[in-house]
Amino acid sequence: MPEAVEEYPELLAEQLKEMILIREFETQVSSLFEANELPGFVHLYIGQEAVGVGACSAIDDEDYITSTHRGHGHAIAKGLDPDRMMAELFGKETGYCGGKSGSMHIADVDKGMLGANGIVGAGPTLAVGAGLSIRQRQSDAVCLSFFGEGAMAEGSVHEAMNLAGVLDLPVVFICENNQYGEMTPAANQHHVDGFATRGETYGMPTEMVDGMVVQDVYEATAEAVERARSGDGPSLLVCETYRYHGHYEGDPTRYRTDEELEQWQARDPIESLETTLLDAGTVDEDNVEAMREGATDRIDEAVEFARESTFPAEETAFEGVYTEEL
Amino acid sequence: MPERSMRDAITEALDEELERDSSTYLIGEDVADAGGSFGLTRGLLDSYGPERVIDTPISEAAIVGSSAGAALTGSRPIAEIMYADFMGLAADQVMNQAGLFKYMFGGDASVPMTIRTVNGGAGFNAAAQHSKSLHGLFMHMAGVRVVLASTVYDAKGLLKSAIRCDDPVVFFEHMGLYNRKGEIPAESYTLPLGEAAVEREGDDVTVVATQQLLHDALNVAETLSGDISVEVINPRTLAPLDRETLAESAKKTGRVVVADESLIRNGPASYIAGRIEEDAFYHLEAPVSVVGVDDTPIPFSPPLADAVVPDAEAIENAITALPRL
Repeated sequence: MPEAVEEYPELLAEQLKEMILIREFETQVSSLFEANELPGFVHLYIGQEAVGVGACSAIDDEDYITSTHRGHGHAIAKGLDPDRMMAELFGKETGYCGGKSGSMHIADVDKGMLGANGIVGAGPTLAVGAGLSIRQRQSDAVCLSFFGEGAMAEGSVHEAMNLAGVLDLPVVFICENNQYGEMTPAANQHHVDGFATRGETYGMPTEMVDGMVVQDVYEATAEAVERARSGDGPSLLVCETYRYHGHYEGDPTRYRTDEELEQWQARDPIESLETTLLDAGTVDEDNVEAMREGATDRIDEAVEFARESTFPAEETAFEGVYTEEL
Repeated sequence: MPERSMRDAITEALDEELERDSSTYLIGEDVADAGGSFGLTRGLLDSYGPERVIDTPISEAAIVGSSAGAALTGSRPIAEIMYADFMGLAADQVMNQAGLFKYMFGGDASVPMTIRTVNGGAGFNAAAQHSKSLHGLFMHMAGVRVVLASTVYDAKGLLKSAIRCDDPVVFFEHMGLYNRKGEIPAESYTLPLGEAAVEREGDDVTVVATQQLLHDALNVAETLSGDISVEVINPRTLAPLDRETLAESAKKTGRVVVADESLIRNGPASYIAGRIEEDAFYHLEAPVSVVGVDDTPIPFSPPLADAVVPDAEAIENAITALPRL
């Protein structure tokens, strides 16, 4: 995409840096999990970085996102702090949610991150609510709602898309088709080929996007965000992408072949953007090396911060259930 | 004090809160143009417009889920779900979303939303899918507050507090009480969530009763007066539950009947009975008796429904069956 390189080279360099940071976060999480340092279970975003980064770089701080159980990449792309994210994964008191949430529910409402979500298909209804409150406050913010193609089988997603359309709300639905719903191929879970028709069903502009190409995701999102901000209602973007790891860490991935993985990896979103930027002279090898080292150092720091943090005091287990005052 | 129906009291509460706080809005099926399935939101569209009185498709998950999202981002939604039975379609949005955000997000977030819904099947023959009393289901969800409208006075004061509460509240209105009349203050008022009311004082037995059964209990207390002195307690909110007032009364009378239209099995009445036994065991002169629905859905045919749904007679029988009374 030489046009993009000419049009917004600095943004692309930023996007590359952010994708590298997400991959490093996820790679270290994978090792930490394997070393039994992390309680619970984790679902990694490796391979899908172009979607979260491309989409979130089309919105501002005051905008919102809803996320999924595979939400680390969305959170970092929305500007959350890797220290507090990592601490949350360790269950430490310095984590985003004081150790109450873990990987699957990291949230920072003040930063517009309305939560990763352990329930498939819950985010889109929340995004409709964010759209309602945005309009009520006469703000021109928007809400991006990330969900997997697996969630396309959940009724709540369809209710949300229909209601957002009926009420003309500033919501952009972003379906990340990473080809597998948990351990089952998408083709075995949906009776249509591709998901563009799902948006058309609800009368909203719909675009099929190459989710391995950050420029494509960014441009499609920017266009949908522009529609939403100017009062033209919701859109659906279907981003074709691939998760390199299994559904969860430790998943033996018997349901797919190495060849399939390699085919997708040949179009790796980070490597291809790197090549594009190197070819265009936007960055040089030293810059990229600095980005990689910077990411490693940054995540090393986060891991150190998380390891050194203390576990929350037991009595906090009963705090924060209700507001004190009635 | 002017007399109002419960229907009027609820409409007034909604009107006053919409007027008072511009971050509130109503959302639900038929709430705008049609004025609500039970007529409770009639007229509000004219006053507040379609941005604050919002008709939706038949989409319970989206109504409740969007309310959670809006509450999280600065609004104070009031959602209407036509029947408590339909809360099943949106239960996930309460139990895995709205009710958990404050806790899961480390105490920072708040989710100020109210869901109004209708329960109580006595005498309406609406059959099994439109008659359930499901407040027990929501009492089982930490993070959620459960309020029951049992008197006209309560309905207005508690609904206003529910709307102002920064936690998700499920507010149950009983189908059989909408036309019930009662006196309420002319001026605006609220009632605290978590405070029971002693509706009638007595010495021999305490009846803790909710919604329609509260009124049945008051009638029974009147009928039995002279022979048995019955104290009647209206818990008003089940989460939080005012254990202190219940225990105090149990200690005074030594005998307790708990009456509620839910299933007895794992239900609110059984829970309340358990708590009273724990709090007042050495003052009790008899086991706490529970009146509710035995293990069955609510049937359609009038004689069958009457056999299943408890009434004044069931309360009177429970009282007179208590040992040494």
